[in-house]
Amino acid sequence: MNQTVQEYSLAELMICAAAEAFRHDGEILATGIGLLPRLAASLAMKTINPDMMMTDSESYMLSDPNPVSGRTSHEGQAQESWMGFSRIFDNVWSGKRHAMVGPSQIDRYGQTNISALGGSYQQPKVQMLGARGFPGNSISHANSFFVPAHSKRVFVQDECDVVCSIGYNPERLPKGYSLDDIDIRMVITDLCVMDWNGPNHMLQLLSLHPGVTVEQVLENTGFEIYVPTDVPVTAAPTQQQLQTIAQLDPLNWRSKQLKDNPPGDRR
Amino acid sequence: MNKVMSAQQAVGQIESGMTIGVGGWGPRRKPMALVRELMRTDVKDLTVVSYGGADVGMLCAAGKVRKVIFAFVSLDFIPLEPYFREARQNGSIDVMEIDEGLMLLGLRAAAWRLPYIPTAVGLGTDVVKNNPDLKVIDSPYDDKEWLAMPALNLDIALIHVDRADERGVCQIKGPDLYMDDWFARAAQNTIVSCEELVDTAHFHQGDEARYVHWERAQTQAVVPIPGGAHPSSCNPFYGFDTKHFKEYNVSAKEGGFDGYRAKYLSGTTEQDYQQAVGGLDAIRKLPLPVY
Repeated sequence: MNQTVQEYSLAELMICAAAEAFRHDGEILATGIGLLPRLAASLAMKTINPDMMMTDSESYMLSDPNPVSGRTSHEGQAQESWMGFSRIFDNVWSGKRHAMVGPSQIDRYGQTNISALGGSYQQPKVQMLGARGFPGNSISHANSFFVPAHSKRVFVQDECDVVCSIGYNPERLPKGYSLDDIDIRMVITDLCVMDWNGPNHMLQLLSLHPGVTVEQVLENTGFEIYVPTDVPVTAAPTQQQLQTIAQLDPLNWRSKQLKDNPPGDRR
Repeated sequence: MNKVMSAQQAVGQIESGMTIGVGGWGPRRKPMALVRELMRTDVKDLTVVSYGGADVGMLCAAGKVRKVIFAFVSLDFIPLEPYFREARQNGSIDVMEIDEGLMLLGLRAAAWRLPYIPTAVGLGTDVVKNNPDLKVIDSPYDDKEWLAMPALNLDIALIHVDRADERGVCQIKGPDLYMDDWFARAAQNTIVSCEELVDTAHFHQGDEARYVHWERAQTQAVVPIPGGAHPSSCNPFYGFDTKHFKEYNVSAKEGGFDGYRAKYLSGTTEQDYQQAVGGLDAIRKLPLPVY
């Protein structure tokens, strides 16, 4: 059942790698923002962390994750609790949550930006969403990042244009806090898997997706990252994982998330 | 006490320079008919507090806004609100950009008549740097610093609900009430539009009263406007109008707000608007979103 298979897409590889972020979380609310992170959290709940909690992305907590495609109504969803927006904050501030989000910019400190780019703050060149829940999430609970297109535009050389989430920046650390109070977990990109456990909370390379080189990662990252001597290849999805993903996404919307739906093994 | 009035009467209470809160969330259960009525007035220089969607974008485009207090302005399935973007990129509005949860705390502080609520939310981020009026304070109980989120005192709150009686008992049966209860509590004067005006006896039946989330003393005006959330959703009555939002979004690139306004907002009443978008029956048939 667990033997690896030949054919899988990069999206599926990234879903499986991202699911690992939730493996040891136990009974927390996992929130995957966007289709692939949501599939990753759903896969984790169905396989490696059945204690996890998830919502229907609207207002109910579910005992079993909903499929992301192929549904036309809420009929039959396994709702176990109401979880409206205001109650999400009660949960956020209790710390029992792990969010996987897709920032537009990430800097060397793990600070992120989804608010605005360039110009001045009074007149940004590009207005994006706004800080949303990033400030509160980042100081309250674990956060992981999902980056569909690993580039220097995302992993920026300088500090983020607008710092929406707290990271490992000693200059910005609030009084009474230590860097160890900040909990940034995994970074899953289309090239590799990383975390922030390098020396002094540097971003470090954990695994390279099949066919990707260390040089490719370095060329596409705007700041120095820590590269251990041996960097393994990201584990290929198992048959069981692929089956579960297919059940969670019967219409294969995952194939439309990455440009041209590349294969997972690019060797 | 009969609080029923026309949209014009209710919105007529809004004066230039006021701080108004708008209920709902992104493209969901926004009091859009009241927003449209507000656009027909000559009020300006408003400070708008909102979990923003087209309410914020339209008010910016119509030149009503001096400042937006926001955590996001988005149509969700269209991530970036086109006219809010335009206003920001023109530098034509002031902003106070805060976390979604900070906004909730600000509304709670106002509702509870507190000057601020301490929180860790925002520490270490540009929320503090870009808002010099947000103070960081020492705690009397520990050695940490905390952000003191100030009360967001609202002159007026605009909210759309499912049902209300003439005394201002309001019912929301959708899957979420968002922060509408806190907007109602944070405001001096809450104006509610409703899908259905009902007799008080409606709330005496079964568990209908369990869907009433704030006291009638927090509602000062009731305006019956079936379909009044369009193009946002009013679950379970109708979903948001995807097609209309797409057209609204595209209008920003094709001539701007004047074109949208000429097509949909040139009439003088909400009935004119509803006719322009296909009528109330069409609104009520919009499918509910499945996330």
